[in-house]
Amino acid sequence: MPEIAFTLNGTPVRVADAAPTRTLLDWLREERGLTGTKEGCNEGDCGACTVMVTDAAGPKALNACILFLPQLHGKAVRTVEGIAGPDGTLHPVQKAMVAEHGSQCGFCTPGFVVSMAVAHAQGRTDHDDALAGNLCRCTGYAPIIRAAETARADPVPDWIRDDVPKAAPVRDGACFIPETADELATWYEAHPDATLVAGATDVGLWVTKGLRDLGPVAFLHRCRCLQQVHVYKDQIVIGAAVTMTDLMPVLRKHHPSYGEMVRRYGSEQVRNAATIGGNIANGSPIGDNPPALIALGATLRLRTAHSAREMPIEDFFVDYGRQDRRPGELVDRIDIPASAPALRVYKLSKRFDQDISAVCGAFNVTVGDGVVAGARIAFGGMAGIPKRAAHVEAALTGQAWTEATIRAAMAEMARDFTPMTDMRASAAYRLAAAENMLLRYFHELGGQPVNVLEVSA
Amino acid sequence: MSVAAPLPHDAAPLHVTGVARYVDDIPRPANTLHLAFGLSEVARGRITALDLATVRAAPGVVLAMAASDLAREADCSPSANDEPLLAKGEVFYAGQPVFLVAATSHRAARRAARLARIEIAEEPALLTIEDALAADSRFEEGPRIYVKGDATTAIATAPHLIEGSLTMGGQEHFYLEGQAALALPQEGGDMVVQSSTQHPTEIQHKVADALGLPMNAVRVETRRMGGGFGGKESQGNALAIACALVAQATGRPAKMRYDRDDDMVITGKRHDFRIDYRAGVDATGRILGLEFVHYCRCGWAQDLSLPVADRAMLHADNAYHLPNVRIESHRLKTHTQSATAYRGFGGPQGMLGIERVMDHVAQALGIDPVALRQANYYRAAPASGPGTGRRHGGAHSPKPEEIGPETTPYHMPVEDFILHEMTARLLESSDYAARKAEIASWNAASPLLKRGIAFSPVKFGISFTLTHLNQAGALVHVYQDGSIHMNHGGTEMGQGLFQKVAQVAAARFGVDPGRVKITATDTGKVPNTSATAASSGSDLNGMAVKAACDTIRDRLAAFVAERHQTDPAMVRFEGGRVHVGGEALPFEQVVKAAYEGRISLSATGFYATPKLRWDRIRGEGRPFFYFAYGCAVTEVVLDTLTGENRILRADILHDCGASLNPALDRGQIEGGYVQGAGWLTTEELVWDDKGRLKTHAPSTYKIPACSDRPRVFKVALWDGANREDTIYRSKAVGEPPFMLGISAWLALSDAVQSTGPNWPDLPAPATAEAVLAAIGRARG
Repeated sequence: MPEIAFTLNGTPVRVADAAPTRTLLDWLREERGLTGTKEGCNEGDCGACTVMVTDAAGPKALNACILFLPQLHGKAVRTVEGIAGPDGTLHPVQKAMVAEHGSQCGFCTPGFVVSMAVAHAQGRTDHDDALAGNLCRCTGYAPIIRAAETARADPVPDWIRDDVPKAAPVRDGACFIPETADELATWYEAHPDATLVAGATDVGLWVTKGLRDLGPVAFLHRCRCLQQVHVYKDQIVIGAAVTMTDLMPVLRKHHPSYGEMVRRYGSEQVRNAATIGGNIANGSPIGDNPPALIALGATLRLRTAHSAREMPIEDFFVDYGRQDRRPGELVDRIDIPASAPALRVYKLSKRFDQDISAVCGAFNVTVGDGVVAGARIAFGGMAGIPKRAAHVEAALTGQAWTEATIRAAMAEMARDFTPMTDMRASAAYRLAAAENMLLRYFHELGGQPVNVLEVSA
Repeated sequence: MSVAAPLPHDAAPLHVTGVARYVDDIPRPANTLHLAFGLSEVARGRITALDLATVRAAPGVVLAMAASDLAREADCSPSANDEPLLAKGEVFYAGQPVFLVAATSHRAARRAARLARIEIAEEPALLTIEDALAADSRFEEGPRIYVKGDATTAIATAPHLIEGSLTMGGQEHFYLEGQAALALPQEGGDMVVQSSTQHPTEIQHKVADALGLPMNAVRVETRRMGGGFGGKESQGNALAIACALVAQATGRPAKMRYDRDDDMVITGKRHDFRIDYRAGVDATGRILGLEFVHYCRCGWAQDLSLPVADRAMLHADNAYHLPNVRIESHRLKTHTQSATAYRGFGGPQGMLGIERVMDHVAQALGIDPVALRQANYYRAAPASGPGTGRRHGGAHSPKPEEIGPETTPYHMPVEDFILHEMTARLLESSDYAARKAEIASWNAASPLLKRGIAFSPVKFGISFTLTHLNQAGALVHVYQDGSIHMNHGGTEMGQGLFQKVAQVAAARFGVDPGRVKITATDTGKVPNTSATAASSGSDLNGMAVKAACDTIRDRLAAFVAERHQTDPAMVRFEGGRVHVGGEALPFEQVVKAAYEGRISLSATGFYATPKLRWDRIRGEGRPFFYFAYGCAVTEVVLDTLTGENRILRADILHDCGASLNPALDRGQIEGGYVQGAGWLTTEELVWDDKGRLKTHAPSTYKIPACSDRPRVFKVALWDGANREDTIYRSKAVGEPPFMLGISAWLALSDAVQSTGPNWPDLPAPATAEAVLAAIGRARG
């Protein structure tokens, strides 16, 4: 591997003798003896390995277990060992965790402390969201939240702020870290079998669970041009490497229901790494962006070094495991309308936070003079690909916007989808829930309360 | 005094800085080998070929062993010697270890473990309770049956018969720290094992057996676990034995930690149950006769299933007096993971059965479910003694009725029942009645979303039902500088046991708890210990440490009393000083003088729980020293279109006796409640039709996340001393609060009942899918 440069708990480090898919977690524990960062699941679902990673945009919480060392090139890493001050003074969140009895077995605690320190530095008060990616089996979370609330009163300690180190470009055949999309496209054309890594929230598991060797890898985190969101009057242009964290505020403003779904997408750590392009390119039938994007009528742009092409996003998903992407082509950007007031996105999973959808439904129906003028309805989890509900849409279009129309359209759902039974849900439940989501959509647009998350005791 | 102070967990400053060491964090010698198991992907069959050549040739591999490569039998079972470390010609579940790899890195071992050629001639697997029943595949010769009175006649003559069947899923422990062990070979063939275990003595015993050594050649140390919950009572044996065997074979240290997926696929979980019930009740809902049949899915090996199933029977009454009752328990052997100990140890399953009956009766008869429960409660404890929190009657008080306590289905008098008063207080503090009315009117105006509210009590028996386990030892040293070194047989898994016991030690010497050094559990210091289980940790070890401390204290008292020409009974240890003859000497000064006076400053302590007498075959006696009590009110909301649901509020009143540390006890209550609610809501274990576990990682198995806790969460401790003579009159708290989570499941059932007139028959776990199906049944 070429030399990777970052800072670790304030000290510059250079790593040249590691494989490009060496995870930060393994490196910290096995090479540096920094065993405070724990392995709980090795797949980014428990948060015991959470570290603070600072780049130009500020500090973020990330899962070290699915973070490859080259992804840190040019960044600052802070582990639990670097959260207290150099003289041993506890950080406010550490003090509060002790005082509020926020640790029991203590194994998840380092991850919580790091997540809390990041949220504290960001001045956040949405503790449930900031900590949704940290599992605790002992405390029931109540004392941890009490600690987060207590710590808010204290200022952010100086020692926690990291400067972002300078880093030279890395242009190695097996580990390529381009600075621009053009550079990436040229390299990818020459290495069409290479793996592109943006956030590694999916690819990471190929390595930690599949135990795979990836061959040549390109890391996209320094391609600034792929990380831009441009909001125009009629449309929003989203770069493929925009993280879900960066996209969320834009969506909350322009497409609040989609934004609320993204709040439940993965977890803080996952959203900080995961990109919208990755979620599309991997072609998963249960990715949560595609249904919303299909309902919005998004346009997907693919490119190579020399050419580009655009398509309605639903056309990208050809069949299970197969997308309309040619060798050497990469996902470049996604265009969505700036406004779609009737868009609603419903994510159904066993657990509200940090869970993969059993069904994700997106609905965008336009009604004029009481009649359905157009309907775009798409689901994830209902077929081998994210897919439109064509028969349902047809049953709605041109009909009066009434519950009778909705119920007639619900009956069409079984013509559109033959979902499968798996550990997340049965086929029958998936179908029933998808049908009922349409009914929920009707009632929500009619002004009825439909969301259990908005009810309090 | 240090006892009853809400001090933080002793290791909290180490936890928050990442300094606290777990097995995988211990610096290891450079030549340490890393181990992984190769697993069967087939649930039942005969191994026809096993070729490890590619495994042995893989990069970094030093050793690969199948059962046939072992010099002697290596068995992992804590009970019946029916768990070979590696499959011997046959496999009994998908996930069973078939061979063992030792390599120079964890990753190399994991990779190599996937390279073997294993051919298995598949045979039909018994996967479900129904499969096992049809094949009469079971542990023990037949069902265990406990009887009191004549249930059959009582049911036959009762005005109403309520019957049904409840299925409840198991539960993955999901300790955040996976199973781990490290074996360090010593001179002369001795072995030191670092293990993440609740039961170091069992590790010592099983490792010694596997190595062909006496127990004195094996020393096991456990500083802490990253969570246990019962999952580290027996499930760590395989790793420790594997490490010790490799260490013995190679002379190199050997470490094993399961990857999370392996951990979930290999190890046992909570037993899932089906409980069939027939209840005969009168018009007021009083239960006249009750029959339960427990079907308990034990998996492929016996492990701890017999006492788990026993404890389910012992909690089939929960808080209710059952004059005529028959409980039949089938312990079914299936080709799945061997189900094991999990917080509550069968108690939650038994309790869920009767709570379901209460709700079913309430719904069928149209009686308020709380009033129904209160009407069926055991008679209150007599109005005297410390257990009631009330004073003795005065001279003009009316005489208490001359009636004895009621008895459990296993004929144990319930002498300490305090739930009448606790229930009244909780109903008031939670504003239950007004909220129930408000919810009813809210529901009437809300067609899509429905709220529900429910109350449930807990009465949990404290003691190991295998009576001889109710013993503990301790070793206490006082050094010449006045510092104290404490060791006992209990293990620390996060529950705060070490802190509680240190507070006891400090209180006995009248010093600050900071003076007491808490040390790792070590079979070389305290031998023949029981598992830290059955909520017994502080009861047993607190008493043993107290005994050890008192021995030293009495020596110190005798020593200073003699010097001051006074009675040793007049010497007081308080505030870091020894008060004698009008003087207040610094503790360390007295210790130094005693050392120079050639007084022994080291002592062991021992404790055996009194009053126990239990015949598990006849189902008769006193298996428990006392009962711990609690009650909860939970409110939920659900979506009738998808079944999605949310806990909105929980109010808890829990009995810790005179708490040794109210902050740590509160932690057990809050954490236990959320874990219990998780069991009954989002935590669903799914096997496919080949018996392969499909939920083997946190991506597919969903324990509660932060936002799943009740947004309004009010916890109070019942202020009363244990009527039995426990350590400072405290009560055990590890398991009982887990069952407070049952109220969340009952609240969901209540909300479902508001959607239609029919009995919804909600199973557990009440996933969104299960809730939606129950709504369908309620509506008919």
